[in-house]
Amino acid sequence: MKKFSVKTIVATGIGAALFFVLGRFVAIPSGIPNTNISIQYGLLAFIAAVFGPIAGLLAGLIGHFFIDFSYGWGVWWSWVITSAFFGCFVGAGASKLKIEDGEFAVKDIIYFNVVQVIGHLLSWAVIAPILDIVMYQEPANKVFVQGLVSAGVNILATAIVGTLLCIAYAKAKPKQGSLKEEA
Amino acid sequence: MNNLFNYIDRPSPIHRLTGATKFLCLMLWSFAAMSTFDTRLLLALSIASILMFKVSKIKWKEVSFMIGFASVFLIMNTILQYLFSPQHGTSVYGTCTYVFSGLKGYYAPTYEQLFYVSNYLLKYISTIPIILLFVCTTNPSEFAASLNKIGVKYSIAYSVALALRYIPDVQRQFHEISQAQQARGIEMSKKASPIKRLKAASAILIPLVLSSMDKVEIVSNAMELRGFGKNKKRTWYMGRKFNTFDILAIVICALIVVVAFGLNYLNGSRFYNPFI
Amino acid sequence: MSEPIIRFSNFGFKYNAQSKPTLYDINFEIHSGERVLIAGPSGCGKSTLVHCINGLIPFSYKGEQTGSLTLNGKETKELSLFDVSKSVGTVLQDSDAQFVGLTVAEDIAFALENDCVETEELHKRVEKTAALVDMNKFLTHAPGELSGGQKQRVSMAGIMVDDVDLILFDEPLANLDPKTGKTAIELIDEMQEKTGAAVIIVEHRLEDVLHRKVDRIVLMGEGRIIADMTPDELLSGSFLSDSGIREPLYITALKYAGVEITPNMKPSSIRTLSLGDEDINKVVSWYNETKKSEPSDDEKILLETNGVSFTYDNGHKALYDITMNVKEGEMLAVVGTNGAGKSTFSKVVCGFETNQEGTITLEGKDILPLSIKERADLIGYVMQNPNQMISKVMIYDEAALGLVTRGVPESEIKEKVEKVLKICGLWSFRNWPVSALSFGQKKRVTIASILALEPKIIILDEPTAGQDYRHYTEIMEFLTELNKSGITVIMVTHDMHLMLEYADRAIVFSGGKIIANDTGANILTNREIIEKASLKETSLYELALMCKIESPRDFVSRFIDFERTTQRGARIDE
Repeated sequence: MKKFSVKTIVATGIGAALFFVLGRFVAIPSGIPNTNISIQYGLLAFIAAVFGPIAGLLAGLIGHFFIDFSYGWGVWWSWVITSAFFGCFVGAGASKLKIEDGEFAVKDIIYFNVVQVIGHLLSWAVIAPILDIVMYQEPANKVFVQGLVSAGVNILATAIVGTLLCIAYAKAKPKQGSLKEEA
Repeated sequence: MNNLFNYIDRPSPIHRLTGATKFLCLMLWSFAAMSTFDTRLLLALSIASILMFKVSKIKWKEVSFMIGFASVFLIMNTILQYLFSPQHGTSVYGTCTYVFSGLKGYYAPTYEQLFYVSNYLLKYISTIPIILLFVCTTNPSEFAASLNKIGVKYSIAYSVALALRYIPDVQRQFHEISQAQQARGIEMSKKASPIKRLKAASAILIPLVLSSMDKVEIVSNAMELRGFGKNKKRTWYMGRKFNTFDILAIVICALIVVVAFGLNYLNGSRFYNPFI
Repeated sequence: MSEPIIRFSNFGFKYNAQSKPTLYDINFEIHSGERVLIAGPSGCGKSTLVHCINGLIPFSYKGEQTGSLTLNGKETKELSLFDVSKSVGTVLQDSDAQFVGLTVAEDIAFALENDCVETEELHKRVEKTAALVDMNKFLTHAPGELSGGQKQRVSMAGIMVDDVDLILFDEPLANLDPKTGKTAIELIDEMQEKTGAAVIIVEHRLEDVLHRKVDRIVLMGEGRIIADMTPDELLSGSFLSDSGIREPLYITALKYAGVEITPNMKPSSIRTLSLGDEDINKVVSWYNETKKSEPSDDEKILLETNGVSFTYDNGHKALYDITMNVKEGEMLAVVGTNGAGKSTFSKVVCGFETNQEGTITLEGKDILPLSIKERADLIGYVMQNPNQMISKVMIYDEAALGLVTRGVPESEIKEKVEKVLKICGLWSFRNWPVSALSFGQKKRVTIASILALEPKIIILDEPTAGQDYRHYTEIMEFLTELNKSGITVIMVTHDMHLMLEYADRAIVFSGGKIIANDTGANILTNREIIEKASLKETSLYELALMCKIESPRDFVSRFIDFERTTQRGARIDE
């Protein structure tokens, strides 16, 4: 059970801090002008897959809120909510994975990526544009094109960064579980 | 002093409001500004927000870099909007009045589009100063206590506090790890393919994230050993009680929301339409 | 006698994840106001014991318990973690992790906040407790603005703000420089007197803890208690050397001289130690018999910095006019407190930070125009925490990473990686995941990954931090071997033993300047430098004074030479 324990609270806080730092200070140009690859979604998918939907939701919400906040351009709520949704979706979808027990085999990798691809498509190509239209009356074609581009870039980032993080974490797990050495 | 978000400690009436009040007012204010496109209200809010900025004694040059970010973002977005949908104003207001009668067509400027764009910009002009105000006058330490005060569960509020606590640590570690990995030849900024760049980013992220995850257990032990989660409630060192001004501020902001909805109702839509 | 605070009787514990118990037959008591030191090598079960006392076992870590453990007469397993934490306060080793508040005041208030103490009362009690540990001027400071010693003071205040019966310190000295460590022990002592609480200190730096009075030492080994006696009794036997714990240096020196140590000599501290004339004669004659090795002067200069100054973007000037050199094949220690400039110095040398003034040359060639990556081919940098460097799952890939990014052909990579893995004793593990290794082995992996680039110099940041004596010795012997094979080694550290025992020479930083450039023995017998650089005088010096040896400095260096030539090899084989 991935319940909301003190450990989850801490993971959420540290996850949000990581999300913030990656989103705010790490810019990887995507090749498309003015669009950076958001590697923080790879991290968010990882946090959500390991600590569950609530941790995913909150880490996305808090992290994204702080990013917008620190720029001072106003909180772009539609996208903040969408980040939270993505974290929650992956957390719920990937809840059957047992990454913290050290399991992340090829079939799990495929499953994780199916979940993240659906999550990103739903988030950026459906939810974010609809929220933009409802909340900000943005022109539809603009927000859908923006959404599709973001979805594509984020899927790529999550496929690489998220998957590699999950693999590395799963591999590092059995040793910690067996508690053979004391620090 | 924890100063992640440009907190500037200075005696002013805005600073004296509690964090919870300011957060609630920020939410109400931006909700009002978001829900309406009524030009008169947006104009009033914009003027009010700029006046409040004066009251807070925050100096222009202290926030100029943030305003710079905001302006770039706004200009980019406005240009994008125009490129994608130059007729958006026309469809919103239902009429089509060209600015230059000799210049007609899809991309030709119309008064409706110009009016829509200025409303859109006003929305931001009315909220950005308020956000800057919140950022500059609220002690980050008060943030978690404020969230808890306005009804967010304390466990969630504490996640926010922990995020604020660990952002500087994560930032420093990221910097150190990326230096050491650059020395080993890992580079993110060169003209490699996006996939290669993402792999390089992972080489920095994996040690960063795994060592942060090691911390999760230690920190949660440390918190539980000091009684975190013992009771249904907790108090806050940075918690403050509401006074008259706090309540007044909240009431005013709530009224603004009421006005915004009232105007939407009277206008029959979210837009104030001078064209009919 | 009153009811003990803690009583273990026939206690044993096995983690669910393990097949064998971690603790067996534990029997001991802690009474009100007692000061007990728990020592033992890594893996002896002392962390598990600590978890049993503070309640993390059985409430956070699950397992099977046998026998009984009572806290103020009640079985702990029938209490809750929160009940236990009302009576037992824990100061964790990692004071950064323990610091959960955004500022000093909030962190001290944390436990009270969880108890729903009203805000006004919180402010009063925080103010009072902060004053006890002398942190009341720093209430609004964030952890990033505090030194390690200050963070630890905050941790202590955060515990003392509640009236606990027992305070548990888990390796309180691990991350502190020598002088701060000394102050920390003094502070623990004072706090014990003020609060009257019992104190347990878990630590393997025995000599440093014994700086102040300790009632009993509980020595653990392989899950059992080996000894539970007064420090004077313990130091008289061979318990410590048998279980791989470092004895106080003066004790080791006395043993070399053939002095038999008995409890009446009060050997627990150099200040209480009393030696008879016969013993003093033994020390003096050992001193006279032991030869000092002559340093050779004909080494050639490898790295040279001239007038290097550096200022961070935020305006903080971290280095002032650093002029020094490193000789080929040397093993050099760079010491100083946090913020003294030693880390900045290594970052500037490695090219992590640029925009410095002055010149840096390697074998006479200017290296400043070289990029961070190009400099890494000449000067390798190993971070303190291997977990912050390792980014590959498999050991082989990790060691090969730098070569792969440099586009070296695969056959050559294979050859080079094989070579470094063999040097680092990791060849048999080459196909293992890194996560299966111990901390020390991981450290070797990171060293291997740097060595693969065949640098002329490697710089190691705190190579032995957090290691017990056995692992410390293992890592240092490995570095010595490496050094003998021709690699120049620079160690950035605040460990005095390391500097004394392993470095040919030490450079001392203080306030961004070099204040000394000499052998470890000479530095640690120089009061002025010790004071300036927050180091601590070695007890060997005091022993030499006590025995009226005309040159205490010589005594220290002869002791070190004797250790190096005759003792060290034997120690590792034990």
